[in-house]
Amino acid sequence: MFDNLSTKLDKAFKNLKGQGSITEINVATTVKEIRRALIDADVNFKVAKEVTDEIKNKSLGQDILISVSPGQMLVKITQDELTSLMGGTQENIVLEGNPAVILIAGLQGSGKTTFTGKLASRLKKEGKSVMLAACDIYRPAAIDQLKVLGEQVGVEVYAEPENKNAVEIAQKAIAEAKAQNKKVVIVDTAGRLAVDEQMMNEIAAVKDAIQPSETLFVVDSMTGQDAVNTAKTFNDRLDFDGVVLTKLDGDTRGGAAISIRKVVEKPIKFISYGEKMDALDVFYPERMAQRVLGMGDVVSLVERAQQAFDEDEAKRINQKIRKNQFNFEDFLSQLAQIKKMGNLKDLVGMLPGVGKMMKDIDIDDDAFKPIEAIILSMTKEERENPELLDGSRRRRIAKGSGTTVQDVNKLLKQFNEMRKMMKTMNKLTGSRRGMGLSNLMKR
Amino acid sequence: MGIFGFFSKDKKEKLDKGLEKSKDSLLSKIGKAVVGKSKVDDDVLDELEEILITSDVGVDTTLKVIRRIEERVARDKYMGTDELDVILREEVAGLLSENQTEQLSDFEIPAGVKKPYVILVVGVNGVGKTTTIGKLSAQFKNKGYKVLLGAADTFRAAAVDQIKLWGERTGVPVVAHGMNTDPSAVAFDAAKKAAEEGYDIVMIDTAGRLHNKVNLMNELTKIKRVIQKFIPEAPHDVMLVLDGSTGQNAVMQAREFTKATQVSSLAITKLDGTAKGGVVIGISDEFKIPVRYIGVGEQIEDLQIFNKDEFVDSLFKK
Repeated sequence: MFDNLSTKLDKAFKNLKGQGSITEINVATTVKEIRRALIDADVNFKVAKEVTDEIKNKSLGQDILISVSPGQMLVKITQDELTSLMGGTQENIVLEGNPAVILIAGLQGSGKTTFTGKLASRLKKEGKSVMLAACDIYRPAAIDQLKVLGEQVGVEVYAEPENKNAVEIAQKAIAEAKAQNKKVVIVDTAGRLAVDEQMMNEIAAVKDAIQPSETLFVVDSMTGQDAVNTAKTFNDRLDFDGVVLTKLDGDTRGGAAISIRKVVEKPIKFISYGEKMDALDVFYPERMAQRVLGMGDVVSLVERAQQAFDEDEAKRINQKIRKNQFNFEDFLSQLAQIKKMGNLKDLVGMLPGVGKMMKDIDIDDDAFKPIEAIILSMTKEERENPELLDGSRRRRIAKGSGTTVQDVNKLLKQFNEMRKMMKTMNKLTGSRRGMGLSNLMKR
Repeated sequence: MGIFGFFSKDKKEKLDKGLEKSKDSLLSKIGKAVVGKSKVDDDVLDELEEILITSDVGVDTTLKVIRRIEERVARDKYMGTDELDVILREEVAGLLSENQTEQLSDFEIPAGVKKPYVILVVGVNGVGKTTTIGKLSAQFKNKGYKVLLGAADTFRAAAVDQIKLWGERTGVPVVAHGMNTDPSAVAFDAAKKAAEEGYDIVMIDTAGRLHNKVNLMNELTKIKRVIQKFIPEAPHDVMLVLDGSTGQNAVMQAREFTKATQVSSLAITKLDGTAKGGVVIGISDEFKIPVRYIGVGEQIEDLQIFNKDEFVDSLFKK
């Protein structure tokens, strides 16, 4: 996510290599580079200035320990600074009242409605009954969009297409939710510009009328310098409780996150990063700061792996590995599990140090397609007994999968090596454990 | 720029008003920067750097402008602060004209183009593609063109409904296959219908895609290919819609979309909500793609043909 910023900071820190202690002179250029990198990442100019001044103050006069380079030292200081800037710890949304009411606000096109769907899906998974209120009465088909999303995640949507009074719709939705004994109502509103007085009055009136226990400000992570002003105006009018950062799956540097946090002093509560309804995470400031600095995000990677991971399936595969019966069927099922974890490039980007290497490389999600095609072109029998695959069968498979015999041979060779390795590992660890993806997934 | 008709005067006022915040911030900030100073020195230049950067002009372009002013100061030995906004104005206009080769006062199908004229509209999620198409369809229709829309955003929930509503509102037919259908098939049918039934302009809406998603970008190439089956020289225009409040990522978007599909014009939306005409300057500096439309308000006529001189005028109007 913040790979671009990391690359820039890496460059900045290079200036400090091989120097004994941090002094006014050797830090000046680096700090300037950091500032420029932050601004280039859409961190607000003033905020960037404050941050870098702070970094400079904290780093000046510090003796460099023999074991670390000045650069590493500054990385640590910068990381701490960014972490504390983004809120220090993670904060949850507040659900109080019967039903608890969540109000969603933001600019046009920031991703409010999509986020509303994702939040509903998340709350539903936590076992809460949810109702959505469609209060975007302006944009054509906004109500339909919410309805479609509601249907997708299996949550009821309260809408009155003819009613042009957002306050009234919100109130009625809450009454309806109460009658149906729903625990949470999420009120989706129209996008509005902070400078549009009339529209800002409307959302203030909605908030007044429904007294939400949580008001969330949704902001596009690609927003530029103006993010600060927008967030400030919304905060002045709504005194919102938290911020939601959307579209983080782009290559945005996301500096807006830092500026908004700094200016309105409200926590970022969720990050939203894709089109799928489960592409929503709570925000962990320390992880984000690590990402900014290209230190990877292993914790998120493990968590995502665990979410996608099917325990029974893992046990079954482990069994087979132990008996040295791992075959192409199992291989396919492992591939499917990896894919369930999400976009490959995102995943790889979470590995420490890999982010910046991967910056210009495209891994598309179809990387596994040829492999899958080859396996799917085998008969069930062949998949279970790879030994059956003689020359003529290989030719048939290559034809069927649109690949060449060489591709098939390569895959078979890799597969056999993998099996051999599993066998060795099996011997080494006794029969206690097998090898394969399943073990990587365990903590 | 010739004679202002009643409409264009109206339009000019709207532009001034829409960019009021940009203008205020640029001019009044420059005013503040030079208070109590008689000449342009390092402090003034530092202030100027801040002003430009906070207007989303971007670091590179800002430094370029500052460097040029520095050079002028060095050459002329002295520059009064009263000259600063004149010079800045020249520099900004200069940056804009480097790529702003066309100077349209209104859209017309270029002479010699065999109709239908096809506009493929692309961009990341939430920049206002569908709204831009809706507004343009109304404008084109009012000018007497026979317009057709293709609902090839089959992905985002209710996107097809949204464009259909625009079609109803403006009385323009929409080719749609419903949600989750093949976008190329929609484009194919729209192109076919337009060619067979003598339409003047076809606009194809596409799903918002983040520019780093390889497959979605490839899909655009496919849409282009199928349109060409009926209209070989199409699309005549690939319009990239950018959100005016986007920061430096706008540059990345422009770069990646240009790689994937020969972008030929830009529409920059939501400029009224921000203090930032700056992104227009930054983008113009980095790319040789003309800005064709800017959005300065909610109304249909608030999507205006971008005119460099008027824009600079509005930015620096006293």
